[in-house]
Amino acid sequence: MDRVAIVGASMTAFGDREGEWLRDLLAEAGAACLDDVGIDADAIDHLYVSNMASGELEGQTGAPNMLAHDLAAQPAYTARIDQTSSSGGAGIYAAWQSVASEASEMTLLVGGEKMTHKTTGEATDVIASLTHPVEYKHGVTLPSFAGLTARLYLEEYDAPRESLGKVAVKNHKNGVDNPKAQFRKEVDLETVLDSPIVADPLRLYDFCPITDGSAALLFCPESVARELTDEYVVVSGVAGATDTHVVHERADPTTMRGVVESSDQAYAMADRTPADVDFAELHDMFTILEFLQFEDLGFAEKGEGWKAIESGRTERDGDLPINTSGGLKSKGHPLGASGVAQAVEVYEQLLGDAGDRQLDDPEVGLACNVGGFGNCVTTTILETPEAE
Amino acid sequence: MTDQNDDTASDESELTAYRYSDGSITYPGHPRGPDGKDPVGTVDLTEYTAEVVTWTTSTATPPGVRQPNHLAIVEFDVDGRPVRALGQLEDGNVAIGDTVEPVYVDELRDPEAGIREPASQSWDGFRFRPVE
Repeated sequence: MDRVAIVGASMTAFGDREGEWLRDLLAEAGAACLDDVGIDADAIDHLYVSNMASGELEGQTGAPNMLAHDLAAQPAYTARIDQTSSSGGAGIYAAWQSVASEASEMTLLVGGEKMTHKTTGEATDVIASLTHPVEYKHGVTLPSFAGLTARLYLEEYDAPRESLGKVAVKNHKNGVDNPKAQFRKEVDLETVLDSPIVADPLRLYDFCPITDGSAALLFCPESVARELTDEYVVVSGVAGATDTHVVHERADPTTMRGVVESSDQAYAMADRTPADVDFAELHDMFTILEFLQFEDLGFAEKGEGWKAIESGRTERDGDLPINTSGGLKSKGHPLGASGVAQAVEVYEQLLGDAGDRQLDDPEVGLACNVGGFGNCVTTTILETPEAE
Repeated sequence: MTDQNDDTASDESELTAYRYSDGSITYPGHPRGPDGKDPVGTVDLTEYTAEVVTWTTSTATPPGVRQPNHLAIVEFDVDGRPVRALGQLEDGNVAIGDTVEPVYVDELRDPEAGIREPASQSWDGFRFRPVE
């Protein structure tokens, strides 16, 4: 079977894009992605938009058709992919399926969200609306799930509170070298640990910001990619999985079964193991999530993930760099765009286009995109065409 | 379902768990249990105490939610079967492992202030407080 390739990628600047709305952001990223490859929109067979809540946040629905018209991509088939915060990863899975099944020979995926016009409370409530009624009525938020889980993790595994703070320090440091990141400013550990409490024991700098932004990827069969360009990557593994909707029903809240299951399937599809992965983009919506995913992806034993930040393993010069883009923590988290933007970073690293944050000739990169509090997850493995 | 919940759902407590044929119990109940089959009965968790699994105090709360909002995941022991629930705490003076009991509250948050349609769900329920 012809492998599925990604031949183009783009992302807008993430942050407070005042005066620009979802329509503007999607069109900016989509057009830039087509320009990256140098093809016209009429080559697109399928167009997917990853988005969680444009209706709730902006009163704008029908985004895929809107984008198709703005890019002059009609009569392309369009669909909206909503899987909450993992809409981007789910979009990658859908785009891969469309090409692998030969339903489409050219699929454009654009993820985007407009959020900063809402107050923190309003945006938090829109995101928390994914919860079960017995959770929602208690005022639970995604940050409060993080606080509950962080307290349990620190206690169960005797991990120091400072280790979570070091994740924020690392990802802010990486974000300095990402011109598209929302925050391009280093923070020190003392600042992180002295910041206001948001969900005890987690503090302000343990959380990602509210963000506007969009990111895009262009998928086609590898045989078509070779005709278009010398610079492309292949999707060697992609899979998605779910965990319980009701978070407290999990026997171990520090294990994300969706991460375990989706990565097991993605590794099998790619014929890879965790040891083959050169770097990864993880869904650090909260610092604790970087530890949980690091373990559940098989990079460390259960309860040992925090030791990776202490030893420097996950730094940019470590043996397994995590979130070279700055992660959601520093780059920002425009819900539907985040999973797509993770893959944009992996794509740029594999092609040697990551600028000042470029790693030393990586061949295999992984992206893990998490929806809810691990409720639904997509894991994607990208490789250079000649990766061994 | 057994005769324990042949009555209408409105007679169920807001802390009613469902029991399934494999012996598992979940809160909330689901149309199919972990065994993939229909529930066979109910358990009123208000008759039990529970142990705090973990807790947090949330200071950044959405519209209509008290600030700060103390929350916990607690675990009931129903005849040797663990059943977990998430709920508000009366206050933040708890520790992991503390024993707590449910206390009824007729409105846990303002139904009119959030994004969810008020008529789509109930808003009363139980907070937890340490057993003296």
